[in-house]
Amino acid sequence: MVADHYGQINPLRSVLSILVYPVQLLVHIPVDISETLGAHLSSRSRLLKENKLLREENTRLKQRTLKYEALEKENMRLRAFLDNSFKLGENVLVAELLSVTLVPYEHLVLVDKGSRFGIHVGQPVLSAEGVVGQVVRVSPLTSEILLITDPSHAIPVQVNRNGLRAIAVGNGEIDQLEVPNLPNNVDIKPGDLLVSSGLGQVFPPGYPVAEVVEVSPQPARGFAKVLARPKVPLDRIREVLITWTDATSKQFLAHPEDQPTTHTTRTTGNAP
Amino acid sequence: MHPNSSALLWVLLSFAIAMALRIISLPPLLASFNPDWVLLAVLYWSLVQPDRFGVASAWVMGLLTDSLTGRLLGQHAFVYAIVAYFCVRFYLRLRVFPITQQLAFVFLCLLLSRFLLFWFEALHSHPPLSWQYWLPALTGVLGWPIILAIANWRRQSAWSFK
Repeated sequence: MVADHYGQINPLRSVLSILVYPVQLLVHIPVDISETLGAHLSSRSRLLKENKLLREENTRLKQRTLKYEALEKENMRLRAFLDNSFKLGENVLVAELLSVTLVPYEHLVLVDKGSRFGIHVGQPVLSAEGVVGQVVRVSPLTSEILLITDPSHAIPVQVNRNGLRAIAVGNGEIDQLEVPNLPNNVDIKPGDLLVSSGLGQVFPPGYPVAEVVEVSPQPARGFAKVLARPKVPLDRIREVLITWTDATSKQFLAHPEDQPTTHTTRTTGNAP
Repeated sequence: MHPNSSALLWVLLSFAIAMALRIISLPPLLASFNPDWVLLAVLYWSLVQPDRFGVASAWVMGLLTDSLTGRLLGQHAFVYAIVAYFCVRFYLRLRVFPITQQLAFVFLCLLLSRFLLFWFEALHSHPPLSWQYWLPALTGVLGWPIILAIANWRRQSAWSFK
């Protein structure tokens, strides 16, 4: 147990994980079959309608991308003036969630891509709506992802409206994040968007994390109680994007020996 | 088929099913009720075949369960080995016990396993705090008669190895 805690028996772990992989697939198969059947049986008219909607959305998104590209260029140019240019080139891999419950009281999910695809511990995991979590354990065929709502997970965030830095901590509810240690008179209100600040060097900056839903000052406590709802519906996602960012690859190159242990990268909170 | 290999097949099949049930995707409300099926299988086999399925086999199954559920390697292995030890130690007495006393023994074993796992989790990370953590011990006792019924059916069917 101690050896595993310090990440010294990873070969044994990968052998065991390959042995149990059939069981994990077995549990996933019924869900998979029902999904494919559902796709085959959906009616022609519904497909046409869906196709039309998707085409409209695609046009809208394309138009937005055009604007975004122009803005990115401008942003790079301005950053070049300030002499701290950063690259946004992020590489992603789409992975599908295996529908298994590893432990009911922890927010861990299993995806169907592993170290064969070059995934390593500490990679940020996103979805189309925002931040999902980070990779905590990798085996050849699967990898485990710790969701941002897990009680042992913390993510450095920033209020999009005014740049206020904070840490969003999971509290075990699948649709809730806590933002602790903010003073009672802090400028934050329901509806504010929290984006990742990139301070912990794990998550790339600027991705939506959560939306503030409740701010209640607690004069007796000294800190306000701030609750937020993750932008991603974490209990309903099917696919996630595992990303390679500059920050993670640099970290991986700088301390290759630190990477196999899960606990060094598990909580990423820095002081705000 | 040779009786030994047939028995081995049954053991492996039961563990594959138990592991699948262990990680089956349930709604969150039901998931906290899902008992530790692998431990129930360990209990059953070490009571029925204590000379073939003992502490070492339980340890291996625990190691697989650790890998399956993403725990620290060795914590389920340790707990299952201890429970298997108690079974192998007391199986003669347990076989003549009435069903209520058997259930009490199973409940104690499940509770012990939950307690030890809680302790291991607390050693290295944030321990699970809610009272629902202890529910699988209760539902596991309810699962025990089901396992006995399946085992009876298996013994009476033509595939039986005895």
